[in-house]
Amino acid sequence: MPVATMQGREIHVDEEGFLTDPSEWDEELAKQLAANIGLELTDRHFEVIRFARQDAAEQGETPTIRRMQAAGGFATKELFQLFPKKPAKKLSYVAGLQKPVGCV
Amino acid sequence: MTATEPMTAPVPSFDDEDDGGRKLVLICSKGSLDMAYPGLVLANAALGEGIEVHIFFTFWGFEIINKKTMSDLKFVALGNPATHMPNAMMGLPGMTALSTKMMRKQIADLDIPEVPEFLDLIHESGGHLWACRMSADMMKLTEDDLYEGVEGIISATDFMELSEGAQTIFI
Repeated sequence: MPVATMQGREIHVDEEGFLTDPSEWDEELAKQLAANIGLELTDRHFEVIRFARQDAAEQGETPTIRRMQAAGGFATKELFQLFPKKPAKKLSYVAGLQKPVGCV
Repeated sequence: MTATEPMTAPVPSFDDEDDGGRKLVLICSKGSLDMAYPGLVLANAALGEGIEVHIFFTFWGFEIINKKTMSDLKFVALGNPATHMPNAMMGLPGMTALSTKMMRKQIADLDIPEVPEFLDLIHESGGHLWACRMSADMMKLTEDDLYEGVEGIISATDFMELSEGAQTIFI
């Protein structure tokens, strides 16, 4: 498992770059991860990210877009606007979570 | 490389710059509960990957978008060897209702939406829904009878145009 240095500290990531330990994440790191993929985070992004992290901590798995909508109340359309094209993957990357494994 | 050696973090490739126009067309031609889901699940997955998606509903597939039937699709176990149930039993009255109820529960337990809500999800994710002209004429249905997200009732020729260059899956 690669260990990368970001923001002057060690961050454990998988081969693709997704964090493997969510506890190494903070909001400053999120901004850097977002910049890596060409996103600039707004307050609304952070609301989505915080819910995703909380849900992942409680459920033990990264929420899918369907779950973000059903459990978090975030409209699917808005998630596609905030994290264009591949909302579930981009959200999980920026939130320091693994990619969702659920089919729906 | 040792675990402590500093390295630049890999960045996932989300292929944002790749706008090569990958397109998926699903033809949904069956009207049973178990045959509705494969198309819906694949469409939703493709949309989440930034792929352009069109679903073309034809013949019995109209059950999925007909407002009258979409919430009430059935699963028929009779004649389906994969259920491992004897046909003599599955043909008895009430068995379709029972097997449908069981399948619905299995789907709900996985937190997978029912058909109308699944169509909403696909529609809101930017998926395109189309209905077949010949089927609509045969069944005497108009756009008013169909799920609101259906963009139009189109001919086989229209379908040829929209599916140009697409990966096409017939279900």
